[in-house]
Formats: sequence, structure tokens, C-alpha cells
Amino acid sequence: MAEIVLDKLTKRYPDGALAVSEVDMKIADGEFIILVGPSGCGKSTMLNMIAGLEDITSGELRIDGQRVNEKAPKDRDIAMVFQSYALYPHMSVRENMAFPLRLAKVDDATVKSKVEEAAQILDLTQHLDRKPANLSGGQRQRVAMGRAIVRNPKAFLMDEPLSNLDAKLRVQMRTSVSKLQKQLATTTVYVTHDQTEAMTLGDRVVVLRGGVVQQIGSPQFLYENPANLFVAGFIGSPAMNFLPGTLENGQLSTGLGALTLSDRVRRLAEEAKAPREVIAGIRPEHFEDANLMDDSAKSGGSTFTATVDVLESMGSDKFVYFTVEGEAATSAELDELAADAGSHELSDSGSQLVTRLSASSAAAEGHPVDVWFDADKVQLFDPKTGKNLTYAE
Amino acid sequence: MSQTLESEAPATPPPAKKGKPALSEGKKAERRLGLLLCAPAAIVMLAVTGWPIIYSVWLSLQRYDLRFPDQREFVGLDNYIAVLTDGYWWTAFGITTLITAVSVVIELVLGMLLALAMHRTLVGRGLIRTVSLIPYGIVTVVAAFSWFYAWNADTGYLADLFGAEAPLTQQIPSLLIIILAEVWKTTPFMALLLMAGLALVPDDLLKAASMDGATAWQRFTKVIVPVMKPAILVALLFRTLDAFRIFDNIFVLTKGANDTSSVSMQTYNNLIRGLNLGIGSTMSVLIFIAVAIIAFVFVKLFGAAAPGNDPGGKR
Repeated sequence: MAEIVLDKLTKRYPDGALAVSEVDMKIADGEFIILVGPSGCGKSTMLNMIAGLEDITSGELRIDGQRVNEKAPKDRDIAMVFQSYALYPHMSVRENMAFPLRLAKVDDATVKSKVEEAAQILDLTQHLDRKPANLSGGQRQRVAMGRAIVRNPKAFLMDEPLSNLDAKLRVQMRTSVSKLQKQLATTTVYVTHDQTEAMTLGDRVVVLRGGVVQQIGSPQFLYENPANLFVAGFIGSPAMNFLPGTLENGQLSTGLGALTLSDRVRRLAEEAKAPREVIAGIRPEHFEDANLMDDSAKSGGSTFTATVDVLESMGSDKFVYFTVEGEAATSAELDELAADAGSHELSDSGSQLVTRLSASSAAAEGHPVDVWFDADKVQLFDPKTGKNLTYAE
Repeated sequence: MSQTLESEAPATPPPAKKGKPALSEGKKAERRLGLLLCAPAAIVMLAVTGWPIIYSVWLSLQRYDLRFPDQREFVGLDNYIAVLTDGYWWTAFGITTLITAVSVVIELVLGMLLALAMHRTLVGRGLIRTVSLIPYGIVTVVAAFSWFYAWNADTGYLADLFGAEAPLTQQIPSLLIIILAEVWKTTPFMALLLMAGLALVPDDLLKAASMDGATAWQRFTKVIVPVMKPAILVALLFRTLDAFRIFDNIFVLTKGANDTSSVSMQTYNNLIRGLNLGIGSTMSVLIFIAVAIIAFVFVKLFGAAAPGNDPGGKR
């Protein structure tokens, strides 16, 4: 139970590489905070710095108001869960979980009761005397959690704890991690590259890029109000669509045709002194099959006709993919996101548009369909700085 | 109609229960080819290792002294009784065990320190490894001669340095010098084997131990050593077997004088210098048995230490 404060925390490696740059953050007592970003963004380095496994180059780290920069990991009273679980292979589950308590010279009776209590919470009671080698991935993961919770530490640090599990188990464990954290109300810093985990688990999400914090906020706020192109592209699955556009007298013209912006969006863009050339971002769910809507509902947006490339029916919705003619939107942020997703080479002609339509849509592959989108939900970004021009506090 | 059906019915179920599934023709041919390909190597192995062992066992059961070849006769276990009731043999056995135990323990400690140093060095790792391996690359006899001259009463700079007068003519100093020569020579080998074991300890495990509150010493004793136990046992096994057969260092340094003779030294004295094939062979067989016991004990320890071998068994 503790408040963790990062004050201009910086990590520079001896070879000059800057891994984490002046991060300012205040993690409240009992808060569940997620560090998310593509690989190499410095999220694990940041976690290791909080843990004490990496030295802090400059800045100050305070736990409960006390500077801990110089303290060894063991003196910081925080527990960590590793991606590899890092269970001691020569010890049984019981010994693994008891290890931190034994090192702290806790008496046998307390060790026994604490381990058994943790095993109960994590449903490991019948596995206590087995070795990690004989456990399944999910069980090992739970042992790793158990080893962290027996000590009742000030904070938990979790480094991609679910990445080694298969998809189904990951979803299941995600809920149990969330439940466990609420139950224990211990400050938790959780690192992941999975934006679904970021959206679903945390109280607040920190998006990192190249060691610099891009935005901090609740998952919903980040989703609705991304501070820049990078956050907009990173949060959300399928990702936001980006189209290059020209802004003129409140009219936005893109590969989807001309659109009259809503008053709200126009005002925000004017306040932000939007340039003529912008990048327009539209989330897939803000599209709809025009044939399913009545005319009054359609008035707040714009309709275009395009041929369906690919249709994925999810049962509840249909994901419909189109190709938009013309240049694809380009910026450093988008390039980096594409590189991280491994889709750098895919978009060579035009840009792909992903839309999420109602399941009742009659769209079919290879056939044209009328698609409407909401003008009030369009976000505008500055192609040079990546800043969100329609950002609303 | 119904009768024919009934009579056929018991014949129809396939022969379900068989101990092992019969090998197909292809598998059999493959196995035969495999055996044939192994055969030459296996035969050569048997000829150069199996035959000498059997022959020395045969010789050890005979009175056979080349100085008196006419008196050759089968004496059963008389040679064994003669050797095992002889004070010289037990002295040599004691000395050998002492040298083995002391030198292997020192080598383990120094080797571990060296391995940890090499494992953690970031700069010039290759150079350090090469340099530390030099003693192992020098022929034992050559190294033993350098030690001999260094400790010799006339030429010895080390003897001078420590103000010792002819240390190689007294038992305890001689043994210490023999152990020193052994340790100097084989510690790098130990370090190399241990370093391979250290590489098996995942970094995350050590990080986890730090987070769990372990000091550097606790990380070493409670995590590193248990995890690399198999590597430690292999290193110990190799070195113990080697050390028990110590010969060259003693041969050069003291020639076994002043009760510094090892069992191998005794065997050599009887077999080659004394030309007593019977007694000499008996001693070789006894060394063979001792080495086999050492190996057996280590392999037993090992079995229990191998990962995944706990009684719970795999699911």
C-alpha cells in the first residue's frame, strides 16, 4: 500500500541511448496503472527502475514520500511478477511461495498460514507440493502471483505476466488479475504491449513511445481523446483509420469525399489553429451501413460508396474493409506503429479503411455499399507534430 | 444362417491386446541398418577397452612375476588378499584419497570464483577465458617439472622464498606441493564446466530473488547453486575420477618417496618396475573398482538432482 511518485525519472545507458526520458507520474495508493507501448518504448526499463533492478540516471523515485533511488530491490518492499514467471525450479510450489517470507525470517506458523491463504485465493491448494516443471502455464503464472502476494508488499510490479499464456487462458487470467488487485487494493504497475489488456485492466493507462510519456489517463478517456496520432493509432482494435485531408472553411475533404464538420469539431480545430493539411482519424465503429439508417440520423455525417474488399463477420458485428484511393496518411508516429505491427510493407497502394457495421448490414465482398460516418466523431491531427487538433480536455 | 454368423463372430474382433506393437518391415530394416552402422565403432571400443580390462582381471588371478616366469600359476584371490592386507597399499590409498578430496574441494571453490568472475566480466571476456585456461593447456609433466625446479633445494626460487629447505624430501610439504600443482593445473577446467552451468541460470530468476529479498550470498546459495547442481556434479565427477588416478605430478615431484605414493604410483612400481604382473594387475583392478564406485555414487546423486525427476512425476 503505497503511493509511488516518479519525478523526472530518466534512464540513459552508458552508450548514450536514452531509454526513459523525464517521466513525471504520480501513482496513487491502491491504483492499478498500466504502462503500454510498442517494444523498445522503455516500459520494462521504467518498471525495472521502480523495482530497483536498473539504476536511475537522474530524477527521483519516491515510495510513500521516501526517496528510494539508492535502495536495493529487497529494501523497497515491492514484489514483481515476471513474464517468464521466474519460478525456482528446485523448489515446490509451497517453497516458491514461502521463499520471500523465509528470507524475511518470518516464523514457520505464519509462513504456513500465509502460503495456504494465498494458495486458497489462487486455487493452488492441491498443487502446493509439486514442482514448477509439473505445472501448466496458467498454474505457473498463479504461483508467480502467489509469491508476490504472500509478502503483502507495498506494490506489485508486473512485467507482461500474461504474455506467455495462450489466448483463452489469457482472457481468463486477465479477469482474475483484475479481481485480485481489487481484492487486495495494492498499488500495481503493470507493463504490457497488448492494448486490450491496457484497456480492460487499469484504472489509468500510460502510453509510452521512445521513453517519452505520450498520454496518461483512464482507458476510456485515452480512447475518446487521444492526445496525438500515436496514442490514437495504438489504442483501439481494430485501429483508428487515418486519412490525409484538407481543411477549408469548416469543410474537410478526404478520400471519402467532402464533409461538413460538426460545430463542436470545427470550434476545437479553430481553437487549435489547425493547418490546411490535416490527418483525419475515424474509429471503425463510427461508420454504419447507410441503408440501415433513416434520413434524419444521416444528417450529422457523410455518406460514401465503396466496394467491399474483405468482410469479416463477427456474429455481433461485421468488419468491412475498403481501399481508399489516393495517398495514405504518413507521419513518423504512424510509421512507427506500422513497423511495430509488422504491417509496414502491406499498404502500398491507397490506404485500407476498416469499418464496423451492424450485423444486419447487407454488405458483400466485391459489391459496392453505401457507408455513412459520423462527422462529430472525426478527429483531426496535425501531420507534422502529430498533435490532436480536436483534443477536448 | 444364424449358426454361421455365430461361429464367425468370435473370430472377427481384431487381436487387440499385444505387449508391444509389432515393428513394421521398414522399422526393422532401419534398426538393422542402425546396428550395422554402429558395429565397427562398438567392436573397436570393446577391443581397446573391454579386452584389457578382462585380461587384467585374468592376470590378477595368477601368480605371475616376469622375473620368475616359470612359477606362473592360478592362485584365485590370493593376490587380492596379499594387496589388501598390505600396509603400503592402504597408505597409498589414504594418500590418494587425501589428495583427491583436498584438491577437488579447493578446485571447486576456486573454480566457482573464477567461473563467477568470468561470467560477470563484460570487458575482455574472451581474453580472460583464454588466459585462465593456459594452465590447463600445459602438459602436466612439463608443469610438474617447473614446480619441481621451483621447489628444489638448489634451484628453487619458491623454496628460497618460503625459506624451506628441500620441501620435496618431507611428506607433508611434498603432499602440499602435489596438491598445489594439481589445483593450479585443473582449476581452469573446473571453472569452464561451472561456467557452462552458470549460463543455465536465467537472469529473471536472480532478479526475482533480489525482489524477494535475497542478498547476493543468498542468491548464490539458494538459487544459483541449486539450479546449477547438475553442472556442479558433472564437474566434481570428472575431477574426482581424474584426481583419484593421479600419477604424473607425483612421478615427477617425489617419485612416491616419503610416503607420497598414490595407488597409481604403487601399481606402476609393481607392474612396470617390479615386473610383477599378478600383483600389478590386482592393483589396477582395485583402482578400476574404486573409480567405478565413485562414478556410481555420483550418478546416484545426480539422478536425484536432474530436473523433473521428483517423485511426483510428470503429468
